[in-house]
Amino acid sequence: MSEIGTMRVKSGLAEMLKGGVIMDVTTAEQAKIAEDAGACAVMALERVPADIRAQGGVARMADPTKIREIQAAVTIPVMAKARIGHFAEAQILQALEVDYIDESEVLTPADEEHHIDKWNFTVPFVCGCRNLGEALRRIAEGAAMIRTKGEAGTGDIVNAVRHMRAVYGGIRRLGSLCEEELYAEAKNLGAPVELVKWVAENGKLPVVTFTAGGIATPADASLCMQLGADGVFVGSGIFKSDDPAPRAKAIVEATTHYQDPEVLARVSQGLGEAMASISTAGLDESQLLETRGW
Amino acid sequence: MTEPLRIGVLAVQGNFREHLSVLRRLGVEASEVRKPDQLDGLDGLIIPGGESTAIGKLVRAYELEPAIRGFEGAIFGTCAGMILLAREAVDGVPDQPFFGLIDIVVRRNAYGRQVRSFETDLELAGEAKPLRAVFIRAPWIESAGPAVEILARYDDRPVLAREGRILVAAFHPELTDDTRVHELFCEVAREAASVRT
Repeated sequence: MSEIGTMRVKSGLAEMLKGGVIMDVTTAEQAKIAEDAGACAVMALERVPADIRAQGGVARMADPTKIREIQAAVTIPVMAKARIGHFAEAQILQALEVDYIDESEVLTPADEEHHIDKWNFTVPFVCGCRNLGEALRRIAEGAAMIRTKGEAGTGDIVNAVRHMRAVYGGIRRLGSLCEEELYAEAKNLGAPVELVKWVAENGKLPVVTFTAGGIATPADASLCMQLGADGVFVGSGIFKSDDPAPRAKAIVEATTHYQDPEVLARVSQGLGEAMASISTAGLDESQLLETRGW
Repeated sequence: MTEPLRIGVLAVQGNFREHLSVLRRLGVEASEVRKPDQLDGLDGLIIPGGESTAIGKLVRAYELEPAIRGFEGAIFGTCAGMILLAREAVDGVPDQPFFGLIDIVVRRNAYGRQVRSFETDLELAGEAKPLRAVFIRAPWIESAGPAVEILARYDDRPVLAREGRILVAAFHPELTDDTRVHELFCEVAREAASVRT
């Protein structure tokens, strides 16, 4: 019997994206540049996070016209963002046949308590997290891929590193606990005990885990991969930089050859200015995107 | 005792880690291939699933194209890997390298976008037990030359095929616990090795 939308089919696409770079694009032309640079997927959106941050207001799902233009321009998978809890936006994105939905803190949340019940969808979802508990709650809701959040639109990698350390350190810690301690730990994490046990036993999350938020250079991409990421999302880092095409290519190469400092040195040279960046240490609590999500 | 097979998995992008772990379960000496010299001394190579456009570009950028063309061992391509090994794609993109190592023409994303990805049971030639197969934005084989042996079909389309030392699958045997397709590839690699020596 043939079945669509099974967890194996949903997480299977994320498996194919591993070792790759997923790039934020706002036009068909940018999508082409991303594909030519070797991106494994693109994220179609109205404004990149740096612009959302600068312009403020309410950030929503992209216009379907834009998503269709981007789908027509490339053959790699096209992802799109829905607001946290906005299942109607997600239904629209599924009708458009996007390949993955990112239920994203970069957009303005639509629900202050609930995320989308992702089991109701055939299309797979990727969700952000800052720590292991958040990751496991999203997986319990049906997320088929996880990305650590970082702080989008800043070009500062420090939050991404903090979140990866929290997730991977949390996984290693679970492995050191005995069975009875896992019940209390599940309570601390705010996550289902079955998932906590699975992670303790297998030493990894049950779905592919990428890193996002603040990646601006090939060295940033290599750092994330060395810390344990399966791949990277680059948002503003490419198309808000001086010269997007060579930087896009360089970040792809750095993600593949993340363990090879000679390749990294070669691809890091002469890329021009990185995106205009903001140190997240100077951001007010109210300016942070990473705290969105429950 | 026979020496263990040595099989590399192209690791520029995609699902290489799962192939490596299946191979290791089968007792194969498995290694990652990112650079041309890592092909030296291998009995076989797996080109995994991933994004064929991305893998194709990376293969070219890292000068792996001539090395793979010159490789004499067995090669197994799954999904994106099958596309790269084909003669051509009916909806081919310019600039995509096709190795033409197996006489098939493929259609990329033949079943549609991700919402149409699926899993199903396939009948394998000569096997009583069906094979669970996961198709992710998968290609199919549009046409095959006379020398190509079709080993499984889905909806009348060939999805598993062999020509000499080359094996291709439109689906992902590395995503299930059934190791029969990898075992078949190990046989192909042993045969190819015995022909060469």
